[in-house]
Amino acid sequence: MLEAGFFYLFAGLAVLSGAGVVLVRNTMYSVLWLIFCFFNSAGLFFLLDAEFIGIVLILIYVGAVMVLFMFVIMMLEVNREKYKEMSLQYLPAGAMIAIILLIEFIGASASGVFNTETIAAVGHLGKDVNNTVEIGKILYTQYLLGFEIAAIILLVALVGAIVLTLRTRKDAKYQNMTKQVKTRREDRVRKVRLES
Amino acid sequence: MAWSDVGLTTLLWVLEILAIAVPVALSVAYITYAERRVIGWVQVRKGCNRVGPHGLLQPLADGLKLFLKETIIPTNSNKLLFVAAPVIALIPALVAFAVVPFGETTFFNVWETTHTMAIADLNVGILYIMAISSLSIYGILIGGWASNSKYALIGAVRATCQMISYEIAMGFALVCVLMLSGSMNLSAIVHAQDGGFWHWYIIPLFPMFLVYFISGCAETGRTPFDLIEGEAELVAGHMVEYSGMWFATFSLAEYGALILISLMTSILFLGGWNAPIPALDFIPGTIWLLAKTSFFIFVFIWIRATFPRYRYDQMMRLGWKVFLPWTLAWIAVLGIFTYTPFLSDIIGYYQPWRP
Repeated sequence: MLEAGFFYLFAGLAVLSGAGVVLVRNTMYSVLWLIFCFFNSAGLFFLLDAEFIGIVLILIYVGAVMVLFMFVIMMLEVNREKYKEMSLQYLPAGAMIAIILLIEFIGASASGVFNTETIAAVGHLGKDVNNTVEIGKILYTQYLLGFEIAAIILLVALVGAIVLTLRTRKDAKYQNMTKQVKTRREDRVRKVRLES
Repeated sequence: MAWSDVGLTTLLWVLEILAIAVPVALSVAYITYAERRVIGWVQVRKGCNRVGPHGLLQPLADGLKLFLKETIIPTNSNKLLFVAAPVIALIPALVAFAVVPFGETTFFNVWETTHTMAIADLNVGILYIMAISSLSIYGILIGGWASNSKYALIGAVRATCQMISYEIAMGFALVCVLMLSGSMNLSAIVHAQDGGFWHWYIIPLFPMFLVYFISGCAETGRTPFDLIEGEAELVAGHMVEYSGMWFATFSLAEYGALILISLMTSILFLGGWNAPIPALDFIPGTIWLLAKTSFFIFVFIWIRATFPRYRYDQMMRLGWKVFLPWTLAWIAVLGIFTYTPFLSDIIGYYQPWRP
């Protein structure tokens, strides 16, 4: 009973905050709603005994990705009037995505894959089952190839982002630590005898 | 479960939470006192010694002063977020303490088995600490933005860059600890270091200990990494517009994070509640843990009193070009040691998960 209560709490708040993200005018508030939504999704993972995924969701999305989001949004100056004109323009595309998603959700829930009979474990596992260990075991043995491919793709994206933004400015002064540390007194100070 | 049971459990939870939150708040007050006295001592002056014997009532007087001050909210600020920001900063600083194990007890032999003295002894304790401490940035970021002031905004932006950079080095240092202990549960990590100081992780992981401690210094925005506040150029960074109790809430969060970093350093690298030699086991473990923590807090204050502030680009260089390669190399070294015959016998001494 308590568990069902928590489920409806987290799920309801997740839906509510998801709606908040798109309905709120102020972009800063949108980001805050999104963060709240992630917290509630993490709560749902905790209810499923998936504490590793729940914590990682907070660590990666709330702790890193959303910080960068907020960082960018803080710098933006949003023109409210222009924003209003533009919002209708995107309505057809948005509505289409919403309808497709709705059909997908209905199809998935009706397909029988998510019935309680077909799910392997409905109840809770014992406290000795550590799902970090289990995920680790399966990720580095059975799904190693997929994991490595994902890692390589991320690495390529990382290198690509650096290559695109890397530029050396000619007029800027750069500091060479090694050179600074290696500098001795003789390199800088010169004794001059002045004829008086 | 009957409703009376639910009520009793809730009451116990509340008591457990208060048993940690109240001492943390009190020790924050006295850390500010210790900070002023120690810095005074380092700089050959008195420090605060007027209110009460040896100035011991000074933190209470300061608290009263901050409490009675007017809270000023700037006209053009975003009022809701301006008021919410200090609270958002404080919550993660306190919530993180939920998984910290303060020792093990049988409650004066009342219980038959030993229990860990933590509100929640999570299997993913380290990840939880990482996740929660990465949230502490939001209070600063929101406060800086909501103040609608250029100094506050620049301070917030600096703080974000700094914390994101040093979190990575910190995470990799933690991975090294995990490779030795084989568990993310904090009390399991302490048990992996049972039996004398030669079992402590500071010995095989000394460089990582330094990285973790210095990164912790940067995470909490302490000198030499206090560019967030840098009073010469930013007045007080994200806190410029705050006054009275809201300002105090920000410092409460900051010092709470300081205590947490010191606790974590003692748990991860200095054997937590273990005595340095088994002969000293008669002293309760909690006292050992708190003694180690107090030492690290002292070191933080000592660093503040002696080091000048880093320049911003130098700080970024330290995080990305020094700590990051260093930690990555150490992970590789540990991995090679673990899976090479002969070498694995050396490192195996510190790895209780090895069959």
